[in-house]
Amino acid sequence: MSRPRSESEYLARLLPPSVAATGISRRGFLKGTLGAGAAVSLSSLLAACGGGDDGGGGGSTSQEVTFGSNQSDAVPKKAYADMLAASGLTVKVNTVDHENFQENINNYLQGNPDDVFTWFAGYRMRFFASQGLAGDISDVWGGLGGMNDALKQASTGDDGKQYFVPLTTYPWALFYRKSLWSERGYEPPKTLDELVTLSKQMQKDGLTPIAFADKDGWPAMGTFDQLNLRINGYQFHVDLMAGKKAWDSPEVKKVFDTWKGLLPYHQEDALGREWQEAAQSLLKKESGMYLLGMFVGQQFPKGKDQDDLDFFAFPEIDPAIGTGAIEAPIDGFMMAAKPKNEEGSKALLKYLGTAKAEDIALKADPTVIGASSEADSSSYTALQKKAVEFIGSAESIAQFLDRDTRPDFASTVMLPGIQTFLKNPDDIDGLTKSLESQKKSIFTS
Amino acid sequence: MSDLPTIPAAPAEAAVTRRRPGSRVRVTGTDRIWLALMVIVPTVLVVGWVWLPAIASVVLSFARWTGVGGLDTIQWIGTENYKNVFTNYPPFYPALRHNLVWLVFLFVLPTLFGIFLAVLLDRELRGTRFYQTAFFLPVVLSLALIGFIWQLIYSRDQGLLNAVLHTQIDWYGDAKVNLWAVLVAAGWKHAGYIMLLYLAGLKGVDPSLREAAAVDGASQVRTFFSVVLPVMRPINIIVLVVTVIEALRAFDIVWVINKGTNGLELIGTLVTSNVIGEASRIGFGSALATIMLLISLVFITIFLATVMRGEGQR
Repeated sequence: MSRPRSESEYLARLLPPSVAATGISRRGFLKGTLGAGAAVSLSSLLAACGGGDDGGGGGSTSQEVTFGSNQSDAVPKKAYADMLAASGLTVKVNTVDHENFQENINNYLQGNPDDVFTWFAGYRMRFFASQGLAGDISDVWGGLGGMNDALKQASTGDDGKQYFVPLTTYPWALFYRKSLWSERGYEPPKTLDELVTLSKQMQKDGLTPIAFADKDGWPAMGTFDQLNLRINGYQFHVDLMAGKKAWDSPEVKKVFDTWKGLLPYHQEDALGREWQEAAQSLLKKESGMYLLGMFVGQQFPKGKDQDDLDFFAFPEIDPAIGTGAIEAPIDGFMMAAKPKNEEGSKALLKYLGTAKAEDIALKADPTVIGASSEADSSSYTALQKKAVEFIGSAESIAQFLDRDTRPDFASTVMLPGIQTFLKNPDDIDGLTKSLESQKKSIFTS
Repeated sequence: MSDLPTIPAAPAEAAVTRRRPGSRVRVTGTDRIWLALMVIVPTVLVVGWVWLPAIASVVLSFARWTGVGGLDTIQWIGTENYKNVFTNYPPFYPALRHNLVWLVFLFVLPTLFGIFLAVLLDRELRGTRFYQTAFFLPVVLSLALIGFIWQLIYSRDQGLLNAVLHTQIDWYGDAKVNLWAVLVAAGWKHAGYIMLLYLAGLKGVDPSLREAAAVDGASQVRTFFSVVLPVMRPINIIVLVVTVIEALRAFDIVWVINKGTNGLELIGTLVTSNVIGEASRIGFGSALATIMLLISLVFITIFLATVMRGEGQR
């Protein structure tokens, strides 16, 4: 489940998406065929390989810090190299293909991981922290400036210690083209009713109200999250994702039911479309708005088109809940449980949490913003500035469905589950019952 | 066979004289080592790469394990994974059905079509080599390219097929049609493969058999079914086995398209999506893999039985 994380990844995807996705898939295929019969031996084998690789670099000075990076695309790779070079430490970078890095993270962390490595905030971070596969960096946090409480909370493991240093983030919201909206006299809706009224107006005007794509299975999770945050609030989201609330509860049914009411305003045949194609319809002014992460901007040519992009928070559904909860996934760094150079690792992490590091990294991608409030926002685009304000004023920040819950639950239950709902929105009772019973089988360990 | 008499007899006699009649073949120490190596190395490879993983997979299918931590973190939960597969995993039955549809489709259309192409090409038409290459090309093309080619054809908004037909069919996204769309793509590849296998077999058929049939006044069709086909028995079995294997392990093309979700579930993709990843359901995925193994065993047993019975009758 990859998000585009850079402009070069976007460029790669301008070619037909299936090609871009294929490098990943072939590797997945190889591992899959082996994995089918050889789960255990493959794991141990990969772990063993990892161990062998790292041994070579061990002989150098204690000043060297190894850095595992998933930034395999050319532009961010260069940005990371620049960022690390400016740290003043000797950093040995080990770059692994983005998707591959995530798929092998288990073996990587259990084998011989690099001292510091790229990762994501949320459950995905806490999961490894609680297994003892990540190092406690609470003392690094003491020296970090510009990190608000929400960021600290997102970097904190189940035991109350910090395990993560945020670098960049981006919001999920409804994106639209300012020029189209001012031309037609549309106003960002404040409530669900206004959203429906606006959608009806757009349909009359010959537009698809809400662009929509879910071929890859994860974009629709964003829609679920937004509705859930508006209907049931942030705490319910957290509890639901943690497996503490029931999926066949009236609360969840209401989310699906509301979604069902909105489906007629969504672009049809979403299950065959990739998000890039849906973003193109927004770019071409065929669709009125698009609920996605800010990386939607990667589909917009730099300059006039990108400047035309704006967004608003998902409208209020329940006045008692409001619109204070938003979704803004955070990318950043963790430290291995037993780094070879702990002192150097912490120094590096401290540096990575500074505005200086963020400023260098941000040059690669104008659709993310620095996590630290001290990051230099003078070179930000209008969209980035708005994102800073949007995230800064949020009451609570969720990560994303597949970052806030067990990865196996997200990919093997929720992904097909939501696709089933989109195919057949009428059987909400059956679907939620099945989700709950599958949840119970996974959330037992 | 006609070569045999021309082999000079002397060396053979010499060989005989070196070994006394009735004595056993002398095996030197080096020979022993080589023999041992030739037996041990393949055995180790087969046991290590095939049997151990397969057995481990079966064992793990009775466990719950995230793949994190040592073997002591494995919880043994009996047949719960299987219970969940059968009663609590909605994609399982569609996957089973799709694999079966895949098998029947591959056999009925692409396999027979591939055989048909082979028979045509065997007649030395003008440009045979060109056609051979053209039909075989899909087999050699990389998966990346195949995904790309079919995406160009099937894309809902920008694809060739919808442009030509003036339709708006969501070939990959509509769960009612996407399996068939993918089967066409898979068949396109499979037919070329079967064609090549069969063509190789046809080239090996003794031409005198056909001549004899022609002299006896048999028609082309009759010659094929009554003379060529029976002679081709070993190849026919290979083609059958290849088709079944291809259907059971069908995976790549579907994985490229949407990782085997939304109407394209296959057992192979379910195994992968459960086992690969950050917090894998290794036990659950292994249970799926074991079920796949059992299904394969049924087919393998049937084939082996047929082949052995056939050998026995000869």
